[in-house]
Amino acid sequence: MSGTIHVLNGSGVDTGALGATVRRLHEVFHAAVELHPFQPDLTRVFDPSRSQYHSSGVLKQMLDDLSAHGNPADKLIGLVDVDLFIPVLTFVYGEAQLKGRCAVVSTFRLRNELYGLPPNERIFRDRIEKECVHEVGHTYGLVHCRDTECVMRSSTYVEEIDLKGSLMCPACDEKRRGLMSD
Amino acid sequence: MTNTPSILVVDDEKVVRDSLTKWFLQDGYDVESADSGAEALKRLQVRKRDLILLDIKMPGMDGMELQQRVKEIDSGATIIFITAHATIDSAVQALKQGAFDYVTKPVDPDYLSHVVANALRQRTLAIENERMRDSITSASRAEEIVGESPQMKKLFELIDTVAKTDTTVMIRGESGTGKELVARAIHANSNRRFFPVVPVNCGGLAEGLLESELFGHERGAFTGAHYRRKGKLELADGGTLFLDEVGNISAKTQMDLLRVLETKQFTRVGGNDVLRTDFRVVCATNSDLEQAVKQGTFREDLYYRLNVFSIVLPPLRERRSDIPLLANYFVKKYALQMNKAVTGLAPDAMEQVVQYSWPGNVRELENAIERAMVLGTPPMLKASDLPFQMTNERGRIRTGTLADIERAYVTEVLERNRWNISRSAEELDIDRVTLYHKIDKYGLKKPS
Ligand SMILES: [Zn+2]
Ligand SMILES: [Zn+2]
Repeated sequence: MSGTIHVLNGSGVDTGALGATVRRLHEVFHAAVELHPFQPDLTRVFDPSRSQYHSSGVLKQMLDDLSAHGNPADKLIGLVDVDLFIPVLTFVYGEAQLKGRCAVVSTFRLRNELYGLPPNERIFRDRIEKECVHEVGHTYGLVHCRDTECVMRSSTYVEEIDLKGSLMCPACDEKRRGLMSD
Repeated sequence: MTNTPSILVVDDEKVVRDSLTKWFLQDGYDVESADSGAEALKRLQVRKRDLILLDIKMPGMDGMELQQRVKEIDSGATIIFITAHATIDSAVQALKQGAFDYVTKPVDPDYLSHVVANALRQRTLAIENERMRDSITSASRAEEIVGESPQMKKLFELIDTVAKTDTTVMIRGESGTGKELVARAIHANSNRRFFPVVPVNCGGLAEGLLESELFGHERGAFTGAHYRRKGKLELADGGTLFLDEVGNISAKTQMDLLRVLETKQFTRVGGNDVLRTDFRVVCATNSDLEQAVKQGTFREDLYYRLNVFSIVLPPLRERRSDIPLLANYFVKKYALQMNKAVTGLAPDAMEQVVQYSWPGNVRELENAIERAMVLGTPPMLKASDLPFQMTNERGRIRTGTLADIERAYVTEVLERNRWNISRSAEELDIDRVTLYHKIDKYGLKKPS
């Protein structure tokens, strides 16, 4: 049994806009997907010197709050709308526990407006979808892939997210099947 | 994968060690960390690493001293220093003593990936190549270029030949003939296939936006640009840049583009850094560039730079024998996507599809089939499921026996080509002898 993927929406993006993400997670991981509201205490992970939020702190909160109940095979993916960082890096789009239970994705840098471009809801939703599939992939133990169209390819700029697809390449999908049946 | 590059992270700060270790693990590297110089040396004595990241400032043995000791164990060790802003001077000193590079905390993730990739490439080019070969199983995925007509067979040969070179390619053809698919096929069969193919639609964007799209921009380059944007030229590094509707580029951008193609260098909008990039150009157009050059709206020098090897895609009406193949291909595709047990087209529907002139080419055919798949019911699509446009004007329905239809159609093509036998045969996709047979069979006569 592969468990359920819980999408915890603390991003302010309305539920309707996350439909494609939920469907895609289901399609890629063949797992049940549930959408829940999420209100992490972000003040606890705010770093005033950087005006950003520590993503590992968000993950820790998710674990503390939620791992007490639920199937241990379940995965939790939190969506937030604040700018995330880990200490050595200037920012991250998200963070996942490799072969763990939790992942977090920030919608903050996924909006076109931030780059001085006209808003584009479709592109914004696509980016959320890809980043969620990518981070959940890490929680199942998948690492980055070199295939230019694979969702597990690493993206350090939003433009790179746009270039890749939202599905796994055959090699990653094969690995995923192996990892999920362990 | 035994060839996974190995990395050792040495830092006294746990949070730095942990987050870097995690970052590299997710990137697929074999990574371990050490919290002091002494610990690092112990680990290196057991096993050498491809790359070592050292914090320059640590209690006890600092990074500089550790660098000397590491070199005693492994003289070829590749070392990258991690510094805070305050210690950049010592980092520069470290470079003089043979470090590969340094990064300043907090580091831009893109920069870190590049520095690490460059360091590894320099050290073990072979291993890196191996890794890339390992992780990509099917480089040239079957794309949606469908056809068995002589024109298409020739096209496949051309793609194959040109893919193996690094030549600039210009793809000509009416809209909807699948120019982007051809560009992707060239890329997928080239040595650049492990890097992205980056499409840019030059027709759809205002001048300023196209500039930012191509060259990227720096933070604050214009109002609202809160973050740096990576342009398509940078994204295409190592891969293929596909310039679609290249005939629509403004005069200024034509000049900028020409400069990049000549020098392989550019700067981001609002930036000063000169960036190097290495990509192959494949471009496409359905406009008459030669005419545009004559009229002075398209630069002649850019034209010659782009038009090195040209591939012309035939319109669908000139390869009718491929239509049934394509129609069935799209039926299969949408049956799968819509989960509908449709297996093909009923004879009357197929006849209409083959007869229609398809001014919008393969794309129009695909749209028509997709629409019919929504309306139709299994197991076969009927003529009435097809979009109504087919029943008027150019694609008027012909009724009667197959022989009647063939007779009418051959007559139409002959008339259109003023009874030029070679050209008509080509359009009908049959040889001249067969055409003479048909003229004979139906008793057709050239009007005098
Ligand atoms: Zn990742
Ligand atoms: Zn992959």
